[in-house]
Amino acid sequence: MSVQPLIEVKQLKRYFGSSARPVRAVDDVSFTIQPGETLGLVGESGSGKSTIGRTLLRLIDASSGQVLYRGEDLGTTTSKRMRQLRSKLQIIFQDPYASLNPKMRVRDILGEALATHGLAQGPGQSMARIAELLDLVGLRPEHASRYPHEFSGGQRQRIGVARALAVEPEFIVADEPLSALDVSIQAQVVNLLCDLRERLKLTMLFISHDLDVVEYLCDRVVVLYLGRVMEVASTQALFERPLHPYTQALLAASPKPDPEIKTERIVLKGDIPSPIDPPSGCVFRTRCPQAVAACADTRPELEEIRPGRWVACSRRELMMDTQA
Amino acid sequence: MPDAMTTPRLQVRHLSTTFHTDEGAVHSVAEVSFDILPGRTTALVGESGSGKSVTSLTLMRLLPRTARTTVAGSALFVDRSGQTVDLLSLPERQMRAVRGNQIAMIFQEPMTSLNPVFTIGEQIAESVRLHKGASHAEALARARQMLDLVEIPAAGQRLHEYPHQLSGGMRQRVMIALAMACDPTLLIADEPTTALDVTIQAQILELMRKLQREMGTSILFITHNLGVVAHHADEVAVMYAGRIVEAAPVRELFAAPRHPYTQGLLACLPGKQPPHRGTGPRRLYAIRGQVSSPLAPPPGCAFAPRCDRTIPRCDLAMPELLADGAGRQTRCVLTEATQEAA
Repeated sequence: MSVQPLIEVKQLKRYFGSSARPVRAVDDVSFTIQPGETLGLVGESGSGKSTIGRTLLRLIDASSGQVLYRGEDLGTTTSKRMRQLRSKLQIIFQDPYASLNPKMRVRDILGEALATHGLAQGPGQSMARIAELLDLVGLRPEHASRYPHEFSGGQRQRIGVARALAVEPEFIVADEPLSALDVSIQAQVVNLLCDLRERLKLTMLFISHDLDVVEYLCDRVVVLYLGRVMEVASTQALFERPLHPYTQALLAASPKPDPEIKTERIVLKGDIPSPIDPPSGCVFRTRCPQAVAACADTRPELEEIRPGRWVACSRRELMMDTQA
Repeated sequence: MPDAMTTPRLQVRHLSTTFHTDEGAVHSVAEVSFDILPGRTTALVGESGSGKSVTSLTLMRLLPRTARTTVAGSALFVDRSGQTVDLLSLPERQMRAVRGNQIAMIFQEPMTSLNPVFTIGEQIAESVRLHKGASHAEALARARQMLDLVEIPAAGQRLHEYPHQLSGGMRQRVMIALAMACDPTLLIADEPTTALDVTIQAQILELMRKLQREMGTSILFITHNLGVVAHHADEVAVMYAGRIVEAAPVRELFAAPRHPYTQGLLACLPGKQPPHRGTGPRRLYAIRGQVSSPLAPPPGCAFAPRCDRTIPRCDLAMPELLADGAGRQTRCVLTEATQEAA
């Protein structure tokens, strides 16, 4: 337990828009990622998943709070240092159609990363490394001279993965890397991510709204709602016994691909509130089946109710009943 | 009326849609046959490019007029008066009386399928005026009633709002209100929840179920989401490269898929995996490769290049979709063999 976390997020906030009525995209989020761990970040649209992913790599700046990489504060580091660190911290984007430059050949897309970080001396070494990268993600060396439009969605996502890996990163943010892909292709990319994680000892933040993939791929899970953390738990504990009413509803709403599994239906009322004007107290209370009057008064803090298990809910008695 | 329940409301037979492109003919839908019973849901499942959406657009006769297409086959629809009409050969004038009235459609993206410059009340009222000959006031009252039915809060106020003022889930409710306003007997839902979050998806599916129960609507549900299919369909037809490769009642399909493609599709779902107990890297079953180009299909079975169980016969000819006599159909030479043996 004394291992230093690879990534530490402390009271991270990111507000957009006017300071009078800001959009509270990320509102006081804290978590850590241990070396070698895959942390899942789940939540619905507008929960702040992608904003957190981007803030972690300082693709956007935090409004307040800290992101530490091996103890180093990324928010206050110089841009020169940040540039060096980018070879350690990489991202795979959601849309393999929008995230590759259509005017660049694959060898240039990958070569640019190598050149920027001085990872290859001369064209010969660069081409050898590009071939190696393509092989790593299951593409062929001759693909290097093609343009992105010549590939299918799954292949493009492989190129996106190769680009992230080109600089030999330690940490990868995978921002919904599967959601643009068909199921049969998803499985190929999931396997690729599993293999690479093992071979290259990668640490990952896996952002997804697909709970089945998160259960399969992640060690621990952070559940977000409206920019706030609702629950943090090991994957097994979370899926076996979700404690927060939102996590329970989220799991119940995700239909299992088996007609014989009848999950209890918890249909939440209403829509996700606007992050410009979040509810007072607990942000989930307007849709929560367990809400009581007191939930509107105080905002529940994230508390560790047992080792490794964090829940932000005032109705602690509900969680105590189910203590195993 | 015992046979009113067993006569299919829609009977699609040998439906084929071919697009003539500059690069050659693309057979987007080929030899597709299925039934939808009154008050039941038939799901068309498949990945991108499998022909699901082209099937629905062909049935509704909504293929773009600029496309050079050839449509063959028949789609026999039992209308409200009990007459059977072929949707594919009906004169356009009569088709317009059916479309949006007896057969309605919900699309994937509610933002692009609602008109941004009209209030939602006007849009719902328009179809009621057109098809039911209602006055403006009557139609608006009906629109209000529909918004209540799809559980839109403050319906009276929402009636006068524009689509951009609503959330994605609300817009999809409006789409459903619009589709159901004329009491259609058949609803075609093309990926109705794909653009929505899971908790909102659960609400919309619940709503569709409720309306189906109350009104006895038949539903053609087009989706790629096998989780949704498992819980919301009665019959399932799995499509691959424009053809149905397997059709079966939902429980039987999930319990024992017969076509190697269906088997692969179910096996590669992370939600179907047993819990991981070991320490080594995990592997999901993955269907290798990708769908062949529709311009250069393989000589025999379209799935053969990706199939783990292929035999030389697979490349000789496209296998027939054969019925087993117990409500299941499979298009695969391997099951042909077992059926012959049985």
